This record gives sequence, structure tokens and C-alpha cells, in this order.
Amino acid sequence: MSKHHVSTVINGEPTEFLCEPQLTLLDVLRDQIQLTGSKEGCSSGDCGACSVTVDGRLVCSCLMLAVEADGHAIETIEGMARGHDLHPLQRKFLEHAALQCGFCTPGLLVAAKALLDRNPTPTETAARYWLAGNLCRCTGYDKVIRAVLDAAAELRGA
Amino acid sequence: MLEYAAPSTVEEAVRILAGASGVAKVLSGGTDLLVQLRSGRARLDLIVDTKKIPGISGIRRQDGGFVIGAATPGAVIGECEALRQAWPGVVEAANLIGSTQVQGRASLAGNLCNASPAADSVPALIAARATCVVVGANGRRQVPAESIVIGPGRTSLGPDEFIIEFHLPSRPPRSADAYLRFIPRTEMDIAVVGAGVSVTLDGRGVCTDARVVLGAVAPTAVVVAEAASALIGRPLDTTALAGLDQAARRACKPIDDKRGTIAYRTKVAGVMARRAATIAFERAGER
Repeated sequence: MSKHHVSTVINGEPTEFLCEPQLTLLDVLRDQIQLTGSKEGCSSGDCGACSVTVDGRLVCSCLMLAVEADGHAIETIEGMARGHDLHPLQRKFLEHAALQCGFCTPGLLVAAKALLDRNPTPTETAARYWLAGNLCRCTGYDKVIRAVLDAAAELRGA
Repeated sequence: MLEYAAPSTVEEAVRILAGASGVAKVLSGGTDLLVQLRSGRARLDLIVDTKKIPGISGIRRQDGGFVIGAATPGAVIGECEALRQAWPGVVEAANLIGSTQVQGRASLAGNLCNASPAADSVPALIAARATCVVVGANGRRQVPAESIVIGPGRTSLGPDEFIIEFHLPSRPPRSADAYLRFIPRTEMDIAVVGAGVSVTLDGRGVCTDARVVLGAVAPTAVVVAEAASALIGRPLDTTALAGLDQAARRACKPIDDKRGTIAYRTKVAGVMARRAATIAFERAGER
């Protein structure tokens, strides 16, 4: 099987890898690049646990072949905190107890950041619709939404 | 063994598809194809990714209408203000496909060529009289959107063919479209019934042209000419709505499944058609 050479920028770092064509971006992120923050929940684009951005656009990394990443910039959950400084969304998730098992959390954070990057003043309804593709089976969504709206307010004030 | 090619011209893509020895599939956003690949439902030898072909993603004006690249993601379609103004029904239908994440990839060509009877963008595209530019070994042809899907999972495209762009015509004054679907929840579901309606009104609010298309109630989207006839020549009064409802119900040949019985889907088709027509008339009247 022929391997493809892929050049990307991941969390600001130029990154190259070789991959077989059937592998998803999620497979390569987790198994080859050891960025295991993105989670595999459903493998069918329903749960959002594998959310990343590609050139700033929110996508499921399980619904994208790794070879398709060639020439594009990827942001994952690992790129969100600056060293030990958590992103305001990450802090607000902790403050509001917006996670229990945490499996959906990286995807929710990446998706919420993509929302606030394009809409600093989302309504609760807008936030709920935006995050409809991120499933959580333990915490429920109210605390997540409160954390996102609180983070949005803090980011606007900053 | 799966092979992957990402040609940078139409000619190269057609040559690769025409020369494929096994099962080849065209890749746009991949939100359906990758699920089929991973689940083992699609056994593929070759994936031809079209996204490196110039112009296959993006929206431009042409002859008073719009050209939408076949692989343009739903999110990009939703962000095009001019398109939303001219074709609100097409845009709302495209934006109903999946989650925010899916919108980041999912395309009109993929939604159409996946050939699901419940595809949301398809009734709206057909109601809009959208045409598709198809390329293949025999060159280029332009065909109506309704000629592509011939049955669940089946299209009229040859193995060497794919769609490169969609054309939406220019709009006369007081024209508008709308798409509505019924699902048992508010987001992230597959249409039980979908209805796309496009109308043109005269200065007195009388309908001079109409297209009514239903999704998820037959093996393919259904153009309901009788429903359009019920609208044309009248304002949207009770007679027009009753005729539309009846024609829509008559056009249904739905399946019976856990999401809707035949009787239920048929009844809801009439309701969705009426509601979509009401929205389209309101929008057209405001122009």
C-alpha cells in the first residue's frame, strides 16, 4: 500500500507525516502524532468528541482523511492552553463543573472556541445550536452552556 | 487496497476515474463517504478527492444567478449573504445537514450524489430549478438537479463522471423559496418529511410560478406538479392551501419505519408543503 506524504501545520508547528489513505485525521493525530486529546467517540460524525479546526473551520477529525490535511492548518485541544495558562473556556469549564468523565470535553472546548472566535456575543440559543453536534452523556448541557457564555463575557471584558 | 488521488484539474480527475480498475468514489466533504468507508458498507479501491480542482469550492455570481462549487462546504454557503438573500430556501436546506462540524465539510454535490431519499438540500435545489454541470470522459453537460438521483444510493452519473458546480438561475422580482423538514427533535436528525417550495408573485400577491418538491416520502425527491398548479393563478388563500395539501399527500409513496408510518409521513407532507409555501409567499411578498 502506498503511503502519502502530508505536510501540515498543527497547533502552529509545521508537521509532516506519512500515512495510508484509509486513515482518518483522528487516527493519525492520536496514534502517530500522539495528540490524544481528540477523542474517538462514534467514528461517524455524530458525537463531536474528535472536533478540531482546519483552517479555522470546525470539523470532525473522524470524518476527514489524514491525507486531506495536506497543506492545511489544524488546531487541536492541545493548542488551546498557553503552557500552564488555561484558556478562559477551560477555566470556566472547571469553575462551572461542566464536565464529569471528561470524554466529550476536548471536543466541546474546541467547538466552543470556534464559536467565540467568530461570534463573541452568542445568545444561549445560538450556543446550544452551535454545540448540538457535541454529545455529552453525563454532565448534561446546562453547565456547559453556562461555562461557554461566562467565558464569552470574560473574553469580551478582557 | 485503497488508493487516494487528489488531481488538480478536471481532465486529470476524469482520466483517473475513467481508468480506475476497481470501485472508485468521488470525494467532496466526505461526511457520508467516510462513514460508509469506516463501517465497511462501501468497499472501495480508489478515492478521487476533487477539492484541489480550482473553482470546485466557492460561490460566484453569473448571469444574474449564482454558481456554487460542488464541494463548497455548507458553512460557506450559509455565510454568503447575497445567496441567502436570493435563495433563502436553498441555504436553509443546505444548513440543516448535520452539525456545525458536518457543515464545515458537507457539500451540495455530496448530499445529492449520496442519493439518500431524505437528503435535505435536494428538494430545495430541485424547487430552485438548479442545474448541475457534470464532467466526464465525453466532456461537459448541464442537467437539471432532479435528473441525478435515480433511486436510493443510485445516480445517473457514469463511473467517469462527477459534478463540478451547481447553477441557480436569476430571480424575477417578488420571488422566494423556503425549505422545511420535519424531525422528531430540534437538531441533528434525518428528515421524516422535507418540503421545498419556490414561488414568484405578481404585484397583487397572485402566484405566477411555483415549484413544490417533497423529500423523504418516496425513493427519490418528488416534483409535485399538481401542487404547483394549485398555487399558480391565486393568492395563497384557503383554496390554494387545500389544493397544495391534497396534491402533496397524493404524491407520497413513503416507507413505513420507526421514524414515521406511511399514514403519518403522508399527512405531514401536506402540512410541511403548506408551511413551506406560506414562508415562501411571505418572503416573496416582502421583495
